[in-house]
Amino acid sequence: MKRRQFIAAGLGLAVGARLASAAEPKGPGTAQSLNVEVWQGLRPGLFGEREIDIDAGEIISLDTPYRAADAAAVPIAVRSHLDGSDGRYIKRMWLLIDQNPTPVVGVFSFYPESGGADVETRVRVNDYTFVRAIAETSDDKLYMTANFVKASGGCSAPASKDAAAARQSLGKMKLRIDPPAAPGGAARAQLLIRHPNVTGLAMDQLTRMYPQPHYVRKIDISYQDKPVMQAEVTFAIAENPSFRFNFRHQGAGVLVARVEDTEDGHFEARAQVDASGAS
Amino acid sequence: MLSQVTRHFAGLWLAALAVGAWGAQAPLSVAEIATGVFVHRGAVAEVTRDNGGDIANLSFVVGERCVAVIDTGSTAAIGRALLAAIRQHTRLPVCYVINTHMHFDHVFGNVAFEGDGVRFVASQRLPSSLSARAEGFLQRVGDSLGEAAEGTRPVYPTELVDTVTTLDLGGRRLVLKAWPTAHTDNDLTVYDERTATLWTGDLLFVEHLPVIDGSVRGWLAAIDDLVALGARHVVPGHGPVDVAGSDGLERERAYLSHVAATVRRAIRDGRSLREVIDAGESETVAEWQLVEAFHPRNLSAAYTELEWED
Repeated sequence: MKRRQFIAAGLGLAVGARLASAAEPKGPGTAQSLNVEVWQGLRPGLFGEREIDIDAGEIISLDTPYRAADAAAVPIAVRSHLDGSDGRYIKRMWLLIDQNPTPVVGVFSFYPESGGADVETRVRVNDYTFVRAIAETSDDKLYMTANFVKASGGCSAPASKDAAAARQSLGKMKLRIDPPAAPGGAARAQLLIRHPNVTGLAMDQLTRMYPQPHYVRKIDISYQDKPVMQAEVTFAIAENPSFRFNFRHQGAGVLVARVEDTEDGHFEARAQVDASGAS
Repeated sequence: MLSQVTRHFAGLWLAALAVGAWGAQAPLSVAEIATGVFVHRGAVAEVTRDNGGDIANLSFVVGERCVAVIDTGSTAAIGRALLAAIRQHTRLPVCYVINTHMHFDHVFGNVAFEGDGVRFVASQRLPSSLSARAEGFLQRVGDSLGEAAEGTRPVYPTELVDTVTTLDLGGRRLVLKAWPTAHTDNDLTVYDERTATLWTGDLLFVEHLPVIDGSVRGWLAAIDDLVALGARHVVPGHGPVDVAGSDGLERERAYLSHVAATVRRAIRDGRSLREVIDAGESETVAEWQLVEAFHPRNLSAAYTELEWED
């Protein structure tokens, strides 16, 4: 039942995609992106009547390739520009891909200790689309920025160039830390998760069956037992999910990443960080 | 006398029927590169309406008893044209259709060979890899070629090779070897003992930029083994046949090593996938064709593989 809804939505959205592609602005195109039907449909459910400021340059920016090398692994980055001097920080961030069968890529939560709401990941893009990031600041204001991306087929592409190897290594994780430039500053980290992140949208032509969706849905990062980033994500995240993020390094501690998938798989990775910020 | 005439007319009638069945397909051009070894050179290109999907090298080998086909093209029509070419050179039946891996430009002509006594042979890992992608492949071929793709559908192998197997064409043996993940996870090579001819499938690209859809590490390891085979004739999946000695393999090794080194350096320096793709090209890449179509993809594939190295 659920699947049928996905597919019905997918078909409906594909039509919208072609209409929207008439605009195809290169780079930030937030103003044009307001006219996209899918967005107009999603907005009330996600944000109600709340005002969304599209002059977001001083708060948040989005870095996406205009044309993707691989629609099943499109690198995207959100950068936050609040340095804390006005007392505000970004507490929540939505990442949306309008023309995907499930447009919401994820909802990310950040904290004063987060070291900024920067996040980089790789996503599946199913059709020419706007990708948008909406940030909610600690004073409850919303800001949006959107880029147009040319890519197609990312969600219906099968996972895994090496299916056997993927099954064997599921749940393996890697946590890499780049020390901060200055003591007490933001350290950069990358979390890698071995997971096929099966969309369930690539039909097996031989069996005429769709595989069971199986993907990472929750990520919880903490440092010194304080939250750094939490994310609720969907199968729009590419196979073997990768997340780069920041955390504020204030003395030695343990960076912990807890991951949960849709089949109740739980995975954990830890990295000890010393006083200089090296791991 | 009379019976001879009758037989003659019956023969014509059968030929006419056959032409009807094959859709009056003009035969593909083939060259006999060694005794009984025929190769059709596909264009070094992506699928377009102009080339009709004729982009991979397709071959057949004639034994004393029967014929083996090695790769069948992107469409039913190309498969029929290959069959027509076979009929220009031999009346022996086709007994084996071998697919070197699951990409559509190598398997989608299989449908033209379906019939009694034809056995379809491939790597044990081909069926699942093809069936996971077949819908997407069909759509792509249909979108790119329209009517020229009519009648195209996947025909799956029935005889699967997990390590090595030998096929006998009557006085002629073909050795088939399934490889660990390299160009794809279901690469298969064919070696004709009589003429020392090696079909690499897409484990070798000549002129056409190599495309990583498996593992760059696995592929580099496979190249060592392929060079060591010392075949007299080498038929790549794409590009010119019989490039002198192991030059083709060495050039491919140089490119794949360059990709791996570039990506490893970037990962070590903490640069992201995006930064690697945006960094631009080097001279190692410039000698190849279709760089724009495949090089960024290769960097992406190598990056997502090699970031897991310790």
